[in-house]
Amino acid sequence: MKYVLMFAGSVQEQEAWEKMPEAVRVTAYERVNQWFEEHSRAGRITGGAELQGPSSSTTVRIKNGKAVVTDGPFIEAKEVIGGFAIVEVKDLDEALGMAKTWPGGGIVEVRPVVDHEND
Amino acid sequence: MRALGDFDLAEEVVQDSLVAALEKWPEQGIPEKPGAWLMTTARRRAIDILRRDTRYREKLALLERSDMWPDRAEADDRLRLIFTCCHPALSPEAQVALTLRAVVGFTTAEIASAFLVAEATVAQRIVRAKKKIVDARIPYRVPEAGELAARLDGVLSVLYLMFNEGYLSRGAQAAMRRDIADDAVWLTSLVATLMPDQPEVLGLLALMKLNVARSTARFDAAGDMVLLPDQDRSLWDQAAIAEGVAILERAGAMRSTGPYQIQAAIAALHSGARFWEETDWPQIVLLYDALLRMGDSPVVRLNRAVALSHVAGPEVALGEVNDLALVLSGYHLYHSTRGELLEQIGEPVLAREARRRALDLCQNPAERSLLERKLRG
Repeated sequence: MKYVLMFAGSVQEQEAWEKMPEAVRVTAYERVNQWFEEHSRAGRITGGAELQGPSSSTTVRIKNGKAVVTDGPFIEAKEVIGGFAIVEVKDLDEALGMAKTWPGGGIVEVRPVVDHEND
Repeated sequence: MRALGDFDLAEEVVQDSLVAALEKWPEQGIPEKPGAWLMTTARRRAIDILRRDTRYREKLALLERSDMWPDRAEADDRLRLIFTCCHPALSPEAQVALTLRAVVGFTTAEIASAFLVAEATVAQRIVRAKKKIVDARIPYRVPEAGELAARLDGVLSVLYLMFNEGYLSRGAQAAMRRDIADDAVWLTSLVATLMPDQPEVLGLLALMKLNVARSTARFDAAGDMVLLPDQDRSLWDQAAIAEGVAILERAGAMRSTGPYQIQAAIAALHSGARFWEETDWPQIVLLYDALLRMGDSPVVRLNRAVALSHVAGPEVALGEVNDLALVLSGYHLYHSTRGELLEQIGEPVLAREARRRALDLCQNPAERSLLERKLRG
């Protein structure tokens, strides 16, 4: 079963992350990389990425066939998505187990991916 | 789609055994060894039928005989169902509804009337929960050792919620719903039988038994609530109290304390007092302190303050209660406790005001009439 783990945090957390002293950020990144490597080696992660901050985001809204481009993230939310991982695991408990050990802090949303193979 | 397959099958068996019991038992009597599923899920219905029978008590005793518990494989299947229904990925309301439906065999109409919500709401909750079990692939299994404690906690809180709703209904229809409370006790004793080495399961079971043991004294002939100091203690079921205490001692022997065991210990201290003045308040305050160390909660603080009033006096207790104003201003027991303490320190006007607010916030008919009586003075 495929799930996407969406890593999110508050705007303040995001800003704090960006303002971190270089040395602290390096160790934090190391922990995140370790988490990714460990789960990739075990075959549980099939893809993922870290996203740049919400200030770099551009939103395309498609309405009545017309595309309108605007600056900023697509919803005004207190939380921002910082990255994601696509995982392939047995069931929800295994996906939740990964999310619980996510070293990046903040919030992890676990969402199953639609499987079109059985359509 | 294995998840739904298992879950639906389990639920189907529940329904089948129910139907079978309803059809056969009145004619043929209780079978020598009723099917395992019948034991868990159709029991309630079966008992309803048996109640019409003159030899009800004998048969009930037969049903509850311990050697009729199912074998390990069947027990595991039942536990899987309970853990799936109480999965934290489902909303608490859905967990309760699904457990009552799939494990106890309630109809959606019965769940709706028990929790005072529309039947359509319950039906929708159950449909949504089952859809999520499939879509998100919530596993149909008992969690592994590392996860078990946290997940068992979730199961116990569903059972506790069920019991509390039955024991003192929040709704306006009835003060106490013995049937739901009884089902919660039964389900907890089932989990205790299936997982005999979990002290907190025993702790919760002891807590429930000790509360039920005192239930006949909780309401007077008019259906009004009688508070602990005024209860006729000769009405307490001493055999049930002894059973509750024995269960708690079994839990204590496992040397791993937890919030349910502590609450049961508090209930045991109340049950052990022959009269109100004999209550061991200093010990009860200490137990509340231990409970707070495990997890701070304003409601526990309120209860502790009541116990403290008997040790340190109403003024000290009122100070503690007042500190909870911000978090508990919407809780009727906060105001009724203040009312009681204010009266004790000689502030009848403020006491009256507090009781009025309690009355505004309270829906339970027996609690309401008690408050009204106090307001009339």
